[in-house]
Amino acid sequence: MGKILKYSFYDLMRSRWSYVYFVFYLLLGFTLLFLNNDLSKAVITLMNVIIILVPLIGTIFGVMYYYNSKEFTELLLAQPLNRSSIFLGQYLGVALSLSLSLVLGIGIPFVFYGLFKSTVIWDFSLLLISGTFLTFIFTSLAFNIALSNENKIKGFGYAILLWMLLAIVYDGVFLMSLIIFEDYPLDKLSLVGTILNPIDLSRTLILLKLDISALLGYTGAVFKKFFGTNYGLFISFLSLGLWVIVPTIKIVLKSSKKDF
Amino acid sequence: MVEIQNLHKIFGKNTVLSGINLTINQKGIIAILGPNGSGKTTLIKSILGMVIPDSGEISVFDQNIKNNPTYRNQIDYLPQIANFPSNLKVRELIKMIKDLRRQSHHDRDLIEFFQLQPFLDKKLGTLSGGTKQKVNILLTFMFDSPLIILDEPTTGLDPISLIRLKELIRSAKKSGKTILITSHILNFVEEVSDEIIFLLEGKIYFKGSIKDLKLKTKKQDFEHAIASILT
Repeated sequence: MGKILKYSFYDLMRSRWSYVYFVFYLLLGFTLLFLNNDLSKAVITLMNVIIILVPLIGTIFGVMYYYNSKEFTELLLAQPLNRSSIFLGQYLGVALSLSLSLVLGIGIPFVFYGLFKSTVIWDFSLLLISGTFLTFIFTSLAFNIALSNENKIKGFGYAILLWMLLAIVYDGVFLMSLIIFEDYPLDKLSLVGTILNPIDLSRTLILLKLDISALLGYTGAVFKKFFGTNYGLFISFLSLGLWVIVPTIKIVLKSSKKDF
Repeated sequence: MVEIQNLHKIFGKNTVLSGINLTINQKGIIAILGPNGSGKTTLIKSILGMVIPDSGEISVFDQNIKNNPTYRNQIDYLPQIANFPSNLKVRELIKMIKDLRRQSHHDRDLIEFFQLQPFLDKKLGTLSGGTKQKVNILLTFMFDSPLIILDEPTTGLDPISLIRLKELIRSAKKSGKTILITSHILNFVEEVSDEIIFLLEGKIYFKGSIKDLKLKTKKQDFEHAIASILT
């Protein structure tokens, strides 16, 4: 697996798109800091961008990489290698190179603006950690979609649909249900609803860390009470971890039964 | 060397292979022929473990191939379409495959043979189709495996490279290897192969030498013999 990972990673680190992605975050980071000159505010704005953009790029990149390297994968399949090591290697190659673009692209401007001397360093690290988690989650979901769909157009369609579902529709349905059932106690429900969706979970984790939970009202207080504890933090990371591990196991299972 | 028992494969509603029994033990060049969709590539890919059979057993070099990638150390495979990671250089790709197999290799002779030196530092994405196919052939022939599988090896090659490819195939045969080839180009098949396997509707319709085929179909020429099977 290591070798495949190494070469996929090399291949991607040299691709134009990795640089575009990296430069985009670099520019975004510098622009925000230039306009705000306040690390803490920049973190919030960045969060709003990252929470939506990272999953989108992860899904699109994952699907694209899989389809583009299909013939090459066939060449690898004819070598004395395990299927799981081929696909896990490719998946990790994509996820790692995307994460690296993200971490470096955002990290460099913040370091320049004195991140290490500021108090937001932990909030900022949490932003990067959740961004990395989201990259791994959505890349592995994308690999699953691509493995189950021979048709590229269908694969891309499902990938976009998945992103829309988790990034946009989920929130809408969630909000509607809160409005419809507003007569009932909803704190538990909204807590569970937040934990189940990795995008919402990352957003909530960062918001609470930035201590603007007062904005969230009563539910915010409940959230604060839950996520503020070690137990809550553990559950959150467990949920994010499961979102990575379960699709990754599915990659292994699916690829072992697939015909090429 | 290769032993296939009662191999079945269905894709959706399409029965591609229905009960193939095949034993290949002889050395030399064996061509797998058949009309489009007769299951040639599926058969080859089953031997390579890329297609997973619905039922049946395949063993290669006396090893059952199920969940066992090591037997592929003894097979060199040339896929039909050559497409490589576009950001890798030719040199790096060759290095990578060598790195994956860790076997004795003679890439230098082949680079010279196909005159690929000027392309070594070019990215694979910038190469023409024919040059990619040469790289593809180089990757296949640079190891010394006893079984070589070539899927449509002539695609996209210019006449000189085609002559060189035939030389390679002949020298592989001389050194006592078994070479499985699929091709639609009958001239090529007639010129190089010692034996043919004709697939029709997922079954082996004929297995034997070209001479036997001509006798069986009572035709003088190979193309007509093949055509008479199909009509």
